[in-house]
Amino acid sequence: MSTETVEKKKSGEGEPLFSKKNRRLLSDPLNDNNPITVQVLGICSALAITVQLKPAVVMALSVVFVMGAGNVIISLLRNLIPSRVRIIVMLTVVASLVILVDQVLKAYMFDVSKQLSVFIGLIITNCIIMGRFEAFAMGNGTWKSFLDGIGNAAGYGVILILVSIFREFFGAGSLWGHKLIPDDWYMQNGGFYHDNGMMLLPPMALISVALIIWVQRAYNRKLIEEN
Amino acid sequence: MDTNSNSYTFIFSTIMVIVVAASLAFVATQLQPKQAENVKQENWQNILKSIDVQVSRAEAEEAYNKHIVEELVIRGGEVVDDVKAFDVVIADEVKKPVNERNNPLYIGEKDGNTFYIIPLRGGGLWGPIWGYIALEKDVATVYGANFDHKSETPGLGAEINQASFYGQFKDKQILKENGDFTSVSVVKGSASGPHQVDGISGGTITSEGVSDMLKNCLAGYVDYLKARSSKHQESLPVEEIEADELLEDEEEDTENTSSADKEDELEMVEA
Repeated sequence: MSTETVEKKKSGEGEPLFSKKNRRLLSDPLNDNNPITVQVLGICSALAITVQLKPAVVMALSVVFVMGAGNVIISLLRNLIPSRVRIIVMLTVVASLVILVDQVLKAYMFDVSKQLSVFIGLIITNCIIMGRFEAFAMGNGTWKSFLDGIGNAAGYGVILILVSIFREFFGAGSLWGHKLIPDDWYMQNGGFYHDNGMMLLPPMALISVALIIWVQRAYNRKLIEEN
Repeated sequence: MDTNSNSYTFIFSTIMVIVVAASLAFVATQLQPKQAENVKQENWQNILKSIDVQVSRAEAEEAYNKHIVEELVIRGGEVVDDVKAFDVVIADEVKKPVNERNNPLYIGEKDGNTFYIIPLRGGGLWGPIWGYIALEKDVATVYGANFDHKSETPGLGAEINQASFYGQFKDKQILKENGDFTSVSVVKGSASGPHQVDGISGGTITSEGVSDMLKNCLAGYVDYLKARSSKHQESLPVEEIEADELLEDEEEDTENTSSADKEDELEMVEA
């Protein structure tokens, strides 16, 4: 552990906390290197919980916590972890953090925890988390790992929220559970409108993500491959 | 230090497991009472919701004490008093044969009407589902129901905890016209008649789970409730029976009369 603190000091002396390089760790995953739309990771949970906005937001926040804390822990332990069992160690760290979040929510935010039910457990299976542990936290200092974790979780969260806004609005005519489309627009009340039930089914999440990727690439020419 | 040697790997893993296990166990035991409290309040809330009393979790205890007048446990058609209604683990009971179950029953009162509230427990697609159903005094009519689930698919099976689904159960009949038990079933397509409600499209297995749960859980109560409600009628004071007979065709009026009588009685006692 002593080598750890020395190293932290060194990296702290070298550059300011929010140097250009460190800021890029935060901002890159939001656009140029988004875990969902560019790396196409974490799709499984993005499909499952984007039917409504509220669970998507809470899921995004939980992932921010687990990834920030997890990256810091892995980064602190990175020189102590035997490389042959490192994946198991990472899994243990994620799982313990997730159980911790789950227990605390159950005790102090019971209603939110009910809303999320299985999704909290699903965080463990989120490939972005394991990916960042392995690719970044195992080789970088604590502060950088923290920024990287927060950045990637935010990049994941942004897409989650966009998709869920799209799906909840067109699928149920509401946002955050509030009805937005007037009742008398609906066909059963003599109007012209009908909710698109297909939006609530998992395939529409994939299609929505694909649409977001399309729009993103149309604006961000850097992402377009040469051939 | 060689972090790749076998002994180091073993020691590291052992320490990690002990630290993680100890800290999680500590957190879990510390938070357990708070969590149990939440679950209990939620149960009260759900019991009250089945007779259409909506309260926040903080107010649940007070409202529960006000509206729930009796907690019983029924086994094999008889009231037993060796267990408390709230201590019965329904998940275990529903697996036993109907006659050996400890069936908790809550008697609720609202606006002078009596309701029989029955806890339910069954299985959905991914995990357990549960709920409460309130029956009116005639035992046949459903006054209200609500359901919840552990891990059904959001947007599909999970919709059983929405009012749009459980609201359909109001005024359905669990008994046939001749008094035989038939339960209320959740059907695909369009439901018709007093014994059916609409299922959730895309949530077929959860919907079937609700049907099975109702059938399985209610079976243990019907005989007792029928006996109880007919006995209750007989044991009414003489004047009330006369009133009952006079107004036999108009049930609602009878209920109003008896509730009015009760209020009179209460006033006399207070005076």
